[in-house]
Amino acid sequence: MAATFFGEVVKAPCRAGTEEEEEEDDEGRRETPEDREVRRQLAKKREVRLLQGQTKTSLEVPLLEKYPCSKFIIAIGSNAVAFLSSFVMNSGVWEEVGCTKLWNEWCRTTDTVHLSPTEAFCVFYRLKSNPSVFGSCPRKNMQITILTCRHITEYKTPEAPSSLPSPFLKALKTQTYKDAVCCSLLEQPNIAHDLPAAVLSYCQVWKIPAVLYLCYTDVMQLDLVTVEAFKPALSSRSLAGLAKNIPQSTEMLKRLMTTSEIQSNIYT
Amino acid sequence: MFVPCADSAPDLTGCTLLMPAVSVGNVGQLAMDLIISTLNMCKIGYFYTDCLVPMVGNNPYATAEENSAELSINTEVYSLPSRKLVALQLRSIFIKYKSKSFCEKLLAWVKSSGFSRVIVLSSSHSYHRNDLQLRSAPFRYLLTPSMQKSVQNKMKNLNWQEMEKSPCIPEMKDSELCIRIPGGGITKTLYDESCSKGIQMAVLLKFASEGDNIPDAIGLVEYLNEWLQITKPCSDSKPSTLPWKFPSSWRLLFGSGLPPALF
Repeated sequence: MAATFFGEVVKAPCRAGTEEEEEEDDEGRRETPEDREVRRQLAKKREVRLLQGQTKTSLEVPLLEKYPCSKFIIAIGSNAVAFLSSFVMNSGVWEEVGCTKLWNEWCRTTDTVHLSPTEAFCVFYRLKSNPSVFGSCPRKNMQITILTCRHITEYKTPEAPSSLPSPFLKALKTQTYKDAVCCSLLEQPNIAHDLPAAVLSYCQVWKIPAVLYLCYTDVMQLDLVTVEAFKPALSSRSLAGLAKNIPQSTEMLKRLMTTSEIQSNIYT
Repeated sequence: MFVPCADSAPDLTGCTLLMPAVSVGNVGQLAMDLIISTLNMCKIGYFYTDCLVPMVGNNPYATAEENSAELSINTEVYSLPSRKLVALQLRSIFIKYKSKSFCEKLLAWVKSSGFSRVIVLSSSHSYHRNDLQLRSAPFRYLLTPSMQKSVQNKMKNLNWQEMEKSPCIPEMKDSELCIRIPGGGITKTLYDESCSKGIQMAVLLKFASEGDNIPDAIGLVEYLNEWLQITKPCSDSKPSTLPWKFPSSWRLLFGSGLPPALF
């Protein structure tokens, strides 16, 4: 409990997140079978479903079992996705092999099977010219690259954040990733969380070579300077050879920026 | 589930498992950091689970450039074979409704691995103390019935205070008394489950509030040290030097440097 300036007593937030535990205990005692059923239905609705590329039917087997590959690249967030679209997917022909459909209470989309490009949360593409099909052990021969952005205020440093040359790239890699990284490693006490952390944790535990390139930026919306900060990653072994035409890629990036700029200005 | 770093699973039979509860002020977790760092325990595996929020970072106990690039995740297991000590560290909070599932999986692993006993380091909201508790030292212990036989005398010799029972329903005057650990996270669940499963478990907790909880963590490890004698106090050292080594990840706990323009 804490008293505010005006004298009212409020419950102080507990960073160990234990408030919920006590509520949960009470709920456990008062929970009816109907409550449990509602919760079970909600959990089922929140399940992530994998759909096939062309037919949009459910994928019964894991995607990487159906399409084993040696390089798996994941871009999370608008800047990382723009980088991948302009520089990597702009070179060569990529075919859509699947997408995920998910829903939770934060979503604004309705629960439909047919996802438009703006609604699809995650789409999987495969390079047609080099599907890199491997045999029965795709895990052992696979290398994963994750690209994402974080706001610069989340970066802890003894210097003032304003003195940092934003945007900049930092890397985290699993123990089995033996290739060189194109930037410095993320120093303690900084951490990564959410989906990039979940993927990297999985890879670390199951000894899959994986690297996360984290771009710290002060612009979280689509921004040319931030997207270009990912360019050093093109020299890494995981992305090498995938970006063939840099000037064309830069042009495509500029077109992406213009489209989004017009959309975001509500006054013209 | 436990996933070893090496190709084969290590033999943990007869070891003592030290673990934190994610509780107020993160005191248990900070205490675990001190123990792992001071004893230079080595990582033997991961307790891979979807019950905690994912996070990764580089080696939080790095002492030099060479060992700073090892990736760490949210639940890791360390060991000190010479002392038959195994430490589980939890570095993030539980996902809603998953804490009970975690407790079940953890205790199943405790049983299957053959740990001789489990010691949970935890904390409880200091504002919930009654008058008696306010006047006494802020440390308490709890033992499961199977643990009481072996350790109760030791606790009495150390003059330790057992956690008092309090009314189950605080608003009711003649309510039944039970053990309540407000702000203790999974502590109570772990304790109750261990009682019913016959697991030897001791809970060591400190009354704490959110803030700079490093002193609370030091207090808790010193309390544990009275019993386990993890580090021997040096007779010739100055009273001001602590035997506990702060991990390198404890830097910048309260944010980055300040912009000079502020002044």
